[in-house]
Amino acid sequence: MDYSDSRILLSSQREGNESRFRTWVSMVVPLAAILFQFFLPRFFDFLRFVEMPFLVVVYFALVRRSQINGLLVGALVGLAQDSLSKHPLGMFGIVKTLVGYFAASVGLRIDVDHAMVRLVLTFFFYIFHQVLYWVMVRALLSQPMDLEPQRTALLALLNAVIGVALFHFLDKLRERA
Amino acid sequence: MESLLNRYRNITVLLLVIAAQLILLAVQVKNNRDIPFVRAWTVTAVTPIASVVEWFRGGSSGFLHNYVFLRDADAENRRLREEVGRLKMDNIFLRNELSQADRARALQVFQSTTQSKTLAARTIGAGSGSGSKTIYVDRGSVEGVQRGMAVVTPDGIVGKVIASYPTASEVLLVSDPDFAAGVVSQKNQARGTLKGQGNGPCKVDYVPIEEKVEVGEWFYTSGDDRIFPRGFPVGVVTAVHEGQPFKEIQVEPSGLQHGVEDMLIILSGVHQEIPDTPPGNQPVYIAPAPPDATRTTGAADAGGAPAAASGATAPATEADRLRAHYKALGDAQNHVFGENLPGQKPPNFNLALPAGGVQAPVKQNAGQPPVKQNGAPPPTLPDGAATPPKPAASPAKPAGTPAKSPALPPGGGGR
Repeated sequence: MDYSDSRILLSSQREGNESRFRTWVSMVVPLAAILFQFFLPRFFDFLRFVEMPFLVVVYFALVRRSQINGLLVGALVGLAQDSLSKHPLGMFGIVKTLVGYFAASVGLRIDVDHAMVRLVLTFFFYIFHQVLYWVMVRALLSQPMDLEPQRTALLALLNAVIGVALFHFLDKLRERA
Repeated sequence: MESLLNRYRNITVLLLVIAAQLILLAVQVKNNRDIPFVRAWTVTAVTPIASVVEWFRGGSSGFLHNYVFLRDADAENRRLREEVGRLKMDNIFLRNELSQADRARALQVFQSTTQSKTLAARTIGAGSGSGSKTIYVDRGSVEGVQRGMAVVTPDGIVGKVIASYPTASEVLLVSDPDFAAGVVSQKNQARGTLKGQGNGPCKVDYVPIEEKVEVGEWFYTSGDDRIFPRGFPVGVVTAVHEGQPFKEIQVEPSGLQHGVEDMLIILSGVHQEIPDTPPGNQPVYIAPAPPDATRTTGAADAGGAPAAASGATAPATEADRLRAHYKALGDAQNHVFGENLPGQKPPNFNLALPAGGVQAPVKQNAGQPPVKQNGAPPPTLPDGAATPPKPAASPAKPAGTPAKSPALPPGGGGR
């Protein structure tokens, strides 16, 4: 069977390279993402749409190709984000846990080093993240919250574009196993 | 058994983590209580870093700003020094105005004049989550900030503290959909509840349709919510629609119009009266003319000028004096300003006038009431001007319009 270099689907789990990060990268990058969300909208309100913690969770889950790792990073980042929001603890935590788990599951089967694949996945997971959060706010908290499909799709696209650039930068920090 | 656990290990961990968070969520929702220590850990971990980042940002931007502007500052200073000297007198008034406009100073003045006990705070971060209208300020429980305290600026209310941590506090802005405060309209005393709408103006709910509310009218805090003391400005009405069973009122919150950089947290609120006039239209105390003008008036009166008798007073401002001077020059040369065709010879503005030739052309309205002060003491001038002397030529005090300000001289002071 002839495999081309641009093949996207992986035939086995071993075929994908699991990426490792230095300990400080694993700690500093999520913290920086939280700080970004906390600090930057104060000066650049238009950057409020950038879901940096979400992008970091997706990235670590995709490239580490470990479902447990992905869901734990998602849970921790989500809980930290919850702590800085007015909502009860666990809302972002549950959503990002699921995002981390499913992103890692996809990373096991698809070569996520393709920029286009990353774009599509980030777009998809952003919409999943927003819809799940909307469902939880309405179902668990019984609070009104609007979900505008067109706006969500546009924000998903913008976050996906920013995510591809961010992932390219974060790739420099990883070391192949 | 072991192989079974290994096989379903991932999904088991996922379910455990989700279940743990669901339980955490359920405990909070059911008891309507927060898990304070988890939030305190995160906020205590994040806010010092944010403060350091803010310190570096302010320092580096200040350094760059000063460096760029100081490179040729010495030469520029020499060039400007002469110009500054000439313009200094004219600039006094403008500098006073600018310093009045300085928000930090305004905040300080407001803090010193308000009866409520307040604590100055500064924004250090924005709340997380899309659509969230919360901010973090650099004052926490160590400084006495508690959950539920009101946050205001001289322009109006900003929000309320929804969480207090040792080093920082979270403030829910008035524009947040979860925000609510009791308000009352200024003119007709219509009571309602202010609510945020996420973006743009806020709305005032629960105002019965029979109540009268006008566009342009101001809303003030009513004090009913036990958070905001009565009498703080809230915003101006931008739209009123008839609804069922309540009016639909849009209010532009005045406290957010200039950003939320510096603010005051009300540690101990004191209710105050709602002003008679909107904040932007409240009368400004203007001090009487300086002693020089008084002497000029005295000289004019001594020279037999009928100014005082006809109700005219001394020109009180530089513009009045200039106008009087040019009018006298025109009169001396039979020149009527504004009625000469282009190309005609202008009057000689260097003509020497006889002593006492400049008389006050500004006619004082005998029925003009003094400036009203709403019962409040006159604000201190930015340069700390002393109490103005009593003018020599006081206009007649109109009946039935007593001066409310104790600082105003009896029967005078207004222009």
